[in-house]
Amino acid sequence: MMTAAQPGGRAASIPLMGHEVEPTMFELSVRGRSAAQLRTTGIAPRTLESMVPASHLNPEPLVTADLAERDLVGHVTRLSHRQFSVDLGAYPLGSCTMKYNPKFCDAVAADPGLASVHPGAPAAMVQGWLELLVTLEERLCAITGMAAATLQPAAGAAGELTGLLLMRAFHQANGDERRRVIIPDSSHGTNPASVTLGGYEVTTVPSNERGLVDLDALRAALGPDVAGIMLTNPNTIGLFEEQIVEIAEAVHDVGGLLYYDGANLNAILGVVRPGDMGFDIVHMNLHKTFATPHGGGGPGAGPVAVSSRLEQFLPGPRATRVDGRYEWMTPSASIGRVHGWHGNALVLARALAYIEVHGGAGLERVAQHAVLNANWLRRRLADTLPAAYDRPCMHECVLSATSVKSALGVRGLDIAKALLDEGFHAPTVYFPLIVDEALMFEPTETESPQTLEALAAAVESIVARAATDPESLHRAPTHTPVSRVDEARAARHLIATEDDAER
Amino acid sequence: MADYLPHTDDEVEAMLAFLGIQSLDDLFAHIPAAIRLAAGATGLPEGRFEPDVADQFAQFTRANRATASQLVCFAGGGAYDHEVPNVVKALASRSEFVTAYTPYQPEVAQGVLQTLFEYQTLVSRLSGLPVANASLYDGATALVEALNLAGGSTGRSTMLVSAGVHPHWRAVVRTFARGTGHHVIEVPLVDGVTDWSGVNVDEAAAVVVAYPNYLGVLEDMAGAREHATRLGGLFVVAGDPVAAGVLRTAGDWGADVYVGEGQPFGTALSFGGPYLGLFAVAAEHVRRLPGRIVGETLDTNGRRAFVTTLRAREQDIRREKATSNVCTNQTLMAVTAAIQLGWLGTAGLRQVAVASATGAHELFDAVTAIEGVEPLAPAPFLREFAVRLARPADEVIATMAADGILAGLSVSALTGGPDPSVEHDPSTVLLVAVTERRTQRELDAYVESLRKAVQ
Repeated sequence: MMTAAQPGGRAASIPLMGHEVEPTMFELSVRGRSAAQLRTTGIAPRTLESMVPASHLNPEPLVTADLAERDLVGHVTRLSHRQFSVDLGAYPLGSCTMKYNPKFCDAVAADPGLASVHPGAPAAMVQGWLELLVTLEERLCAITGMAAATLQPAAGAAGELTGLLLMRAFHQANGDERRRVIIPDSSHGTNPASVTLGGYEVTTVPSNERGLVDLDALRAALGPDVAGIMLTNPNTIGLFEEQIVEIAEAVHDVGGLLYYDGANLNAILGVVRPGDMGFDIVHMNLHKTFATPHGGGGPGAGPVAVSSRLEQFLPGPRATRVDGRYEWMTPSASIGRVHGWHGNALVLARALAYIEVHGGAGLERVAQHAVLNANWLRRRLADTLPAAYDRPCMHECVLSATSVKSALGVRGLDIAKALLDEGFHAPTVYFPLIVDEALMFEPTETESPQTLEALAAAVESIVARAATDPESLHRAPTHTPVSRVDEARAARHLIATEDDAER
Repeated sequence: MADYLPHTDDEVEAMLAFLGIQSLDDLFAHIPAAIRLAAGATGLPEGRFEPDVADQFAQFTRANRATASQLVCFAGGGAYDHEVPNVVKALASRSEFVTAYTPYQPEVAQGVLQTLFEYQTLVSRLSGLPVANASLYDGATALVEALNLAGGSTGRSTMLVSAGVHPHWRAVVRTFARGTGHHVIEVPLVDGVTDWSGVNVDEAAAVVVAYPNYLGVLEDMAGAREHATRLGGLFVVAGDPVAAGVLRTAGDWGADVYVGEGQPFGTALSFGGPYLGLFAVAAEHVRRLPGRIVGETLDTNGRRAFVTTLRAREQDIRREKATSNVCTNQTLMAVTAAIQLGWLGTAGLRQVAVASATGAHELFDAVTAIEGVEPLAPAPFLREFAVRLARPADEVIATMAADGILAGLSVSALTGGPDPSVEHDPSTVLLVAVTERRTQRELDAYVESLRKAVQ
């Protein structure tokens, strides 16, 4: 097993994607063409002028793009061939949990019995949806060890901000105005941005030489004006905060709350729960942990679960079981709505399907295999790219290209770009910020040992090439639809629409 | 034992041996024992195979009454039953779009990037503003981002929001104002149109008006723009993008920021999400734009290429000084909207707006001839309208469901009680939407059903 002869995981169709520039739909457009086929309504025509005062009407038709259906299909399909995806090959993009997305869950969400339901229909007509939401909330609470949850936040960052508003409401209800939220220097950028929007100031605490929160520095930063701390555990270096119990005690001692950033929840499913670690507020990224797909950058879903003392502040309305029926209820001291309707409902349905297939034991296997794969990869590459912190990791490993860079002038970015040529998606580069030349690999549990071996062999061959032909790495990738792009040019001279391009 | 893991037991053994450990459990040896979960302690049910879980979901779908096959939809309120053809469903569900992530590596993400560029172009044209971002979560949260932009741009915190803005959107605005400290003033409607006369502030960061407003009414846009100018605030227009097929654009009315709900472009009703937040700005606000933006550039071989740009605004670089915390957004819905608009074309977009308006006016004329059904406001509308009934709207909706009709939305269900958008009791106000999918026969059935229901 695990021989390099097996091509597992290499996205062999990449050379087929070609280098031809695909015209935009506007360049393909020919006025007078049309694909649309709309219903024959049998309603007598009226003129717009007879319905709407002339002052409101656009004197000129709004021109979009005019394509025959066949040309639209060709255009979008060719564009899709210029796109890497999980379905095509391994996607070890650290922190993003790009695992395989079961087709079953997509089919569940596409069922018209869920997808065709209007969100404003009375509760009596949507009992199935409400039962689904209540069931998911129960499952998420069981997984995280919390008391209750809101399913409204549309993504992780929306969950973070919701959590901070819950923190604020909790302190205000206690007549307790607090000013600061503590964040480790290894955190995701969404954390400090959310803190600011939540009306708090950021206090950053340094990591220690083991890549973990420096407990002494944390204690020094704590005080009666601290509203809480935001932690990712395992943290963004893929390491478990082993002193989490002490951290929780210290924060709770000053009256602060602990916020759990669920970006890395995949690593601990069924192993340890945020609630048992002492967290008060937990957001989850369903698109990561529960594989609801990432959609090219959304839609996600970012439910927030809380301990019982925060339940009364949750956003509303929440689906609730009342005497065998389901109703919408708004908590007594709710912070209000955080979404126009009920959250990204079809994403929630996918997540529930994923959870029900796995069950408790299956989710634990997910975490075990995710951590197994990451540790295997870390160990396998130990002589090629050393880990930033040399000890067992959780679901992802942060390697550093510092030695390759200083010896051979090849940067982490070059290695990442060269991996694209080898048929793999790149790891996350230059994050976390506290690791020099960081390459963050998250293989996920759904990649086979053969794929991992192929990935490791590709990294090895690239690093070997750094000594013999570094120039080829600076030029990489060359087998992708486009080569490296001029990002500075894009920012200097913004062309954000076809109309800019024509100017 | 259902899961999607490829490893055989032998392979797991070999990997553990490579790591020099005995069991999978040893991987977690560094986690303090005191907080480790005992096996099975979550109380989650056992896993089941896909067909078994499908049976469970079939119970959910059977318990939903308000599906397209059971009730003909006349409900709107920001969520509309528009045509979504098979070609759009097929293209938008391609796994290259569905299973990718944010295009951090542009060399292998030109598919998503170019489609987003096309989407931005379409949103720019629909809004009449030069720069659109690559999507936000939904219309409501897009409005929050608009207010944050306005606050940052003007250094002020007073937000004047017309009560014609959807009640849920206003609720979301109020929630997030808890963190930003924005002072949100809701400006009431009189006869369905925003009455700015009672506003007694000297300056504002933003003046927000919905066009058409949530009750379907076409607002006095020039008047609203004047108030924004007088108060020195940004003019924010929350616009129905379908109406943009025929109405003057937000840009034509002098908007600084456009926000909208993009669900009507290819996304099913979906019980409210995932939807699509549309966002566009005048040129001077580009550096404060929230979320991702895709720009055109060249690759090292001089070929056209697309890339996310102006990244210095974003949270992963600016951290606590970022313009927004948005990371994951709604790319797949933006991709879907671009494909749907490509399918509709210039003529189709207009036809959707005209056919929806024609059906709405036909139905309005017929139902307001019924005794016990009155127009809520003597104001022009496009494709959605509100009527006051002789009975509570929720009772009428329940009654008409027996005839296979989802009659609309009860305004008091949206507002949750008395609201500055309705001068009198909202519980007898019914909000009715008509899309291009509704036929004359369906309108006739609606009129008959309503006639019985209000008696």
